[in-house]
Amino acid sequence: MQEQYTLTHLKNNKWLAYLLAAVFLICAMVIGISVGTVSVPISFIFRVICVEILHFPIGEEIDPMYTNIVMNIRLPRVILAGLIGASLAIAGAAFQGLLRNPLADPYTLGVSSGASVGAVVTLFFQLSLPGIGLYTLPLFSITSAFATILLVLLFARKVDRSMKVETIILTGIIFSSFLGAFISLMIALTGDELRQIIGWLLGSVSMRGWEYIKIMLPFFILGSLLLLFSARELNAMSFGEEQAQHLGVNVQKRKLLVIASASILTGAAVAVSGTIGFVGLVIPHLARLVWGPDHKHLLPLSILTGAGFLILADLVARTVISPTELPIGVITALIGAPVFAAILVRKRGGRR
Amino acid sequence: MTELLKITNVAGGYKEENVLDGISFEVQKGELFGVLGPNGSGKTTLLKMISGVMPFEQGEIMIKGKDINKYTAKELAKSIAVLPQHSAQAFSYTVKETVSLGRYAHQRGWLQSFSPRDEEMVKTAMEQTGISSFEDHHLHELSGGERQRVFLAQALAQEPQILLLDEPTNHLDLSFQKELLDQLKQWSRERQLTVVSIFHDLNLAGLFCDRLLLLENGRINRIGTPIEVLKQERIESVFHTSIEKLAHPTVPKPQMVLLPEELPRSEKNIQINEQNLKVTGQFIKLQTPILLKTLSSGVTGSGFGWHHTFINRHVDHSYDCTDHASEMKEYLKANGFTPEETVGMMTAVNLQDAAYRFYEEDGIEAFIVVTAGTGNAVDATSSRRTSYKPTPGTINAWVFAGGLLSETAFVQSMITATEAKVKALFDLGVKDPVTATLATGTSTDSLLIAASQRGKSIQYAGPITPLGNLISKGIYECVTKSLEKYKRRYQV
Repeated sequence: MQEQYTLTHLKNNKWLAYLLAAVFLICAMVIGISVGTVSVPISFIFRVICVEILHFPIGEEIDPMYTNIVMNIRLPRVILAGLIGASLAIAGAAFQGLLRNPLADPYTLGVSSGASVGAVVTLFFQLSLPGIGLYTLPLFSITSAFATILLVLLFARKVDRSMKVETIILTGIIFSSFLGAFISLMIALTGDELRQIIGWLLGSVSMRGWEYIKIMLPFFILGSLLLLFSARELNAMSFGEEQAQHLGVNVQKRKLLVIASASILTGAAVAVSGTIGFVGLVIPHLARLVWGPDHKHLLPLSILTGAGFLILADLVARTVISPTELPIGVITALIGAPVFAAILVRKRGGRR
Repeated sequence: MTELLKITNVAGGYKEENVLDGISFEVQKGELFGVLGPNGSGKTTLLKMISGVMPFEQGEIMIKGKDINKYTAKELAKSIAVLPQHSAQAFSYTVKETVSLGRYAHQRGWLQSFSPRDEEMVKTAMEQTGISSFEDHHLHELSGGERQRVFLAQALAQEPQILLLDEPTNHLDLSFQKELLDQLKQWSRERQLTVVSIFHDLNLAGLFCDRLLLLENGRINRIGTPIEVLKQERIESVFHTSIEKLAHPTVPKPQMVLLPEELPRSEKNIQINEQNLKVTGQFIKLQTPILLKTLSSGVTGSGFGWHHTFINRHVDHSYDCTDHASEMKEYLKANGFTPEETVGMMTAVNLQDAAYRFYEEDGIEAFIVVTAGTGNAVDATSSRRTSYKPTPGTINAWVFAGGLLSETAFVQSMITATEAKVKALFDLGVKDPVTATLATGTSTDSLLIAASQRGKSIQYAGPITPLGNLISKGIYECVTKSLEKYKRRYQV
């Protein structure tokens, strides 16, 4: 009873929801920067940030080692993890709303398979385009992700001119399976690059630096803004496409916009970090359970909690058997699945 | 120009073939327009075309004088709202969130903020549909009827001029069906809301709609008032079933009833005679193993009906008549009879004076039961009002006819029986004590015609028909016999 009350209370108080989510994200960031093989005291973190980012002279010398660790290693890593978590979570929320299926995730339409094919091909053939060197992989990956979603949409349109979401889901599954077979084929044929490929597929945000953030950021801003401006249409479309049309939503246009935006976010995230599972499924679901299904709030809250969650997952991945790093996708599933299960049981249990 | 919706020669459907062809009609402002037709006749397709979610191959649909294809989705949503038959409910929105979505088309700009007017319209829509009290509840917590009202409120929040409904009464219980349709009717009258609705139930459609459109295989069979459209032969041929058309008891609209395939018409007739009758000091009782179709003026079971128990009850002449109908029901219940299945009459005459006889001629049967007293004898043609005297006097007559009687035969039986009764009174010289003229009956006479509705079909029962013959002879004889006993008892 008490719990039900708390849940209802949380749903009704949106400001409290944003405050909680923001505090969660900030705490996750601070802990993520502070904890590691070398521990950085929290006071130092703030001082470094004051000096290096805000250029605010605080008049005392900071140990250059801390500055180096914070500015070159931990901060970019935490920000990148946050961006990826946020992208996957908001894309997941959008896909779930659009496909009217709480079990949909950003990978449902085959975007991740497309991105993976690009990345695996790069690793398999040891490709390195002149001029961009290291960034060959994200570039290939993001291109093949977009090519895939384009093909999925064209194919779905060919099958069914009105492009019902059911058709799009089926087309996504067909493409996923097909591309998945390609990836498996390359894994089977590979020798030395096996560990590299598997490592990439399981996802990682380590050793990416500020450059990857620069790749990621424009896609994140564009995709998120487009989705945030589609919140009301997503609400309408979760009652069915015809119903949304009756309410005045230009369903065809808006559907493509949402798919494109969510795919941009997913493709970019997969390209820079590999296929990190579970964030895009669990975070929106969780946010919906706690704060209700209204996309106006669900989308921004998913961004905040998704970012915080992936930062913490990355922290666990690199500290649990330090100095060896675990793939972050393993951690998200290991933490996410039981937490999700527990919440589901309590929520459903309370309803009966 | 008052037609809000004008459809001209529309054809279209799915890829392979046209579901609809040559559809043209107009709907006026404030009209409640019903769309009828068998499954697969294209009703839903037509509604989808009007609501703009389904393109059509040819023809045009004009809404407020403008081609539907020239509307944007938002503009159309401000003119037309749809109450869907089903709605996806993947997520559990609250009632208010759901209704607020109805304002989508009215909001502008990137931020699409909720204006005070939006808030007001949402509130009004929730009040009109009676859902304000649970605005914070979640959709999945509501019953089917409540959810229907939420979506109705959502449609109203759109402030449409036209409301489209696809079988709105589906899944609703009886009271909600009536409530919803009454509400729609009221809105169409008071606010000039135009309602176009698909109906499965012909009777509901006939009761509430101003005009009906009957679709058959994607073409218009007929457009018109319920009386024009709901013709028995038309409905039978379109729906390929046999029905019977009746008059609604209080509203001048046609009603249809289905006829089950196996009717007891062919079954063997059953005979009703003295063996079914029991006379006690309290009442005369006749019970039959099957329900009989009856036309009577009894205290219970009056008008047309189906009954298997017939009671003629003795009451004292000082009986308080203020609420005799409910007192009679209580009496029947107390004696183990079901009032709904019983034609009940009362009389103050001594039941031992009852006269009854079974008649048969040329395969036609009639069993007549009469109790008669003339204490209140009245000349119906006398213009003066006569007052009651405390002497027992009522003529109650029962006619049980064998055979399948038409409604005409029932009414003619009543006429024939009454004429025979009047003749008997004349021949006995019974007089109205006030006017001293010959009496035509008493002030409280009752008559029952009952038929097994099995065996031989009988169309007419006028005085020169075989059944009419039996009735006039039987009533004349029984009234005479009973009155003679009455006269002996009271020495009048």
